[in-house]
Amino acid sequence: MDLAFTKEEIAFREEVRAFFKDNVPPETRRKLQEGRHLSKDEMVTWWRILNKKGWGVTHWPKEYGGTGWSSVQQYIFNEELQSYPAPQPLAFGVSMVGPVIYTFGNEEQKKNYLPRIANVDDWWCQGFSEPGSGSDLASLKTKAERKGDKWIVNGQKTWTTLAQHADMIFCLCRTDPAAKKQMGISFIVFSMKSKGVTVRPIQTIDGGHEVNEVFFDDVEVPYENLIGEENKGWDYAKFLLGNERTGIARVGVSKERLRRIRALASKVESGGRPVIEDPAFRERLVACEIELKALELTQLRVVADEGKHGKGKPNPASSVLKIKGSEIQQTTTELLMEVIGPFATPYDEHGDAGSNESMDWTAQIAPSYFNNRKVSIYGGSNEIQRNIISKAVLGL
Amino acid sequence: MDFDLSEEQRLLKESVDGLLADAYDFDARKKYMAEKGGWSKAVWSKLAEQGLLGLPFAEADGGFGAGAVETMIVMESLGRALVVEPYLATVVIAGGFLRHGGSAGQKAKHIPGIIDGSKTFGFAQLEKNSRYDLHDIATSAKKKGDGWVIDGEKFVVLNGENADTLIVTARTKGGRRDRSGIGVFLVPVDAKGVTRKGYPTQDGLHAADITLTNVEVGADAAIGDPESALDLIERVADEARTAICAEAVGAMDESLKTTVEYIKTRKQFGVAIGSFQSLQHRAADMFVALEQARSMSMFATMASDFDSARERASAVAAAKVQVGKSLKFVGQQSIQLHGGIGMTMEAKIGHYFKRLTMIENTLGDTDYHLRRVSEGGGLLA
Repeated sequence: MDLAFTKEEIAFREEVRAFFKDNVPPETRRKLQEGRHLSKDEMVTWWRILNKKGWGVTHWPKEYGGTGWSSVQQYIFNEELQSYPAPQPLAFGVSMVGPVIYTFGNEEQKKNYLPRIANVDDWWCQGFSEPGSGSDLASLKTKAERKGDKWIVNGQKTWTTLAQHADMIFCLCRTDPAAKKQMGISFIVFSMKSKGVTVRPIQTIDGGHEVNEVFFDDVEVPYENLIGEENKGWDYAKFLLGNERTGIARVGVSKERLRRIRALASKVESGGRPVIEDPAFRERLVACEIELKALELTQLRVVADEGKHGKGKPNPASSVLKIKGSEIQQTTTELLMEVIGPFATPYDEHGDAGSNESMDWTAQIAPSYFNNRKVSIYGGSNEIQRNIISKAVLGL
Repeated sequence: MDFDLSEEQRLLKESVDGLLADAYDFDARKKYMAEKGGWSKAVWSKLAEQGLLGLPFAEADGGFGAGAVETMIVMESLGRALVVEPYLATVVIAGGFLRHGGSAGQKAKHIPGIIDGSKTFGFAQLEKNSRYDLHDIATSAKKKGDGWVIDGEKFVVLNGENADTLIVTARTKGGRRDRSGIGVFLVPVDAKGVTRKGYPTQDGLHAADITLTNVEVGADAAIGDPESALDLIERVADEARTAICAEAVGAMDESLKTTVEYIKTRKQFGVAIGSFQSLQHRAADMFVALEQARSMSMFATMASDFDSARERASAVAAAKVQVGKSLKFVGQQSIQLHGGIGMTMEAKIGHYFKRLTMIENTLGDTDYHLRRVSEGGGLLA
């Protein structure tokens, strides 16, 4: 047992840090630190900088543009990215559909889609959830009917993150209505510009516009846009969801936020002294730091295990990451609220665009707290995670 | 970065687990607890035969030169089997004082008796008003000739009822809460002026309240510098805390396993109660608590290699906080999920709960260590 990184790993971390320092646009970093939303341009600009460096799709196999990094290097990269902070790669392309395509797609599809994912020439969004299919995803109803060399897609998806920016969508569609729930689903991709696709924004409680409803009305999709085999889509979806095990803890994000809390709490006064000097507050903050340290160690256990034994067998500890990671993210946003107290109250209706320079940055703190309630809901709610632990780990 | 055990460490784990699987089921434990002193000399001899009592000592002193990871392995196994023999007080704590502060003469005199299992030690630190502060010491040690005269009262002395020798913290200078002027002394229990009132503890171990009245010891009784031994005490205390964190992980692990087995077999409403989602989710949360504690137990163990003393201390304190929170949850919910049977002395599960509960109060509870991390400036570098 040994906690230390090797000399090479430490040198690698320095290289990554230096690259971020020289290349992340300062305004992008500042917005992230303040919990603001970035514009599409700001995100894409950064991702193309990363891709130019060869770090756009770091965990992909080398033949498709990946880096060949070890699990530990991959971990270091993600941690540094999150805690700098810089925008993380667009998960829907890089972590979700990309690996499905290079694992189950044909040569033509790999050639067409993968380089465009890496350079974000196409912005991808995810068509999984439906109004009646949340945790019970396999009950989905959106259907794709084969007509000659085309699919005709009808139905509705929801909670589609950043669909307003998207060029492409990957969709789970029912292709065999007679088959049992999971068996009749296919994985189909198509352009968001197709005739019959309508995107309607959903405003979330923080006032932001991240998610959308997407309607399909007789959308014509070329047959060859099917990924893998017909009616095997559920397997690909499971593969996709199981793919990102360690990033989900978002340890770097919470670390960065805790640092910010300490900095702020040293400035904001309460009772004639900085909030950080209030023992009750400080102990709550430290309690959260300890939880995060434990989570970081749990994550390192998973990373080290993958590095040594391959990614085949999931480490039981990995199921802890989503639950604890989301709880801690939520606690950090609560602590931030506590620090600024009554100044969390004003609401900046145009906060998203960052256009109102007269609004103080504190305007984003309450919205960020509201917004972070999502993290225990998305990606398999924490209740679903507990089902997974009790079945897969405890055998109940 | 590596969280796996080495081949040698894996073999060590197998051998401890093997020994305890043979010698230490729940019924055997009851028998040992009924023996004189409340623990088994035969088991202690077996631990000595397998070299476990000599593990952390230098090879030059007759030991195996093992490190913090090996202690973690042993303590976790001892926790799993709810072992009542005085490993913590004797090997970890007294052994720690001798290894880190002992003179050549003290090592030669005391270490062989620990390794061969013939001698055990008690740790006399707690006082009426000291609570968890190791520097809060009213017991005095005054110079007399070459030696010392010790006066004071110590409470809940670990293994105090059965020990041959006590490790006593005492003040040689200054006021009750000064950080300087503190010494550590080896005091034989049969020294004139030592009286002890032994008793069993809630978790089936044995301790004692000890009064020292004009107890005279020689110059060679002081371990380390008798006027500034606080660093030594804190170092050994941190090793002991790290060890009981591992013990707690072992006890929690077994507690959760036992509970999961129970709810798989216990039937109500015609089905196993483990098929109910409210119980499944509780068990899942226990698993999360256990894994977080395991991570921090490993962290504290590996922190013994850190260069910075502050970071070492923070890591141990943080581990004690996480383990304290986790053990409370796992311990309490193990009883809850067992229902009525969990309330009985006859069922093993309650004994895990009791040992875990007492671990929280040993060498600083959750609040104490949370304050310690907080006052040290937190965990973010």
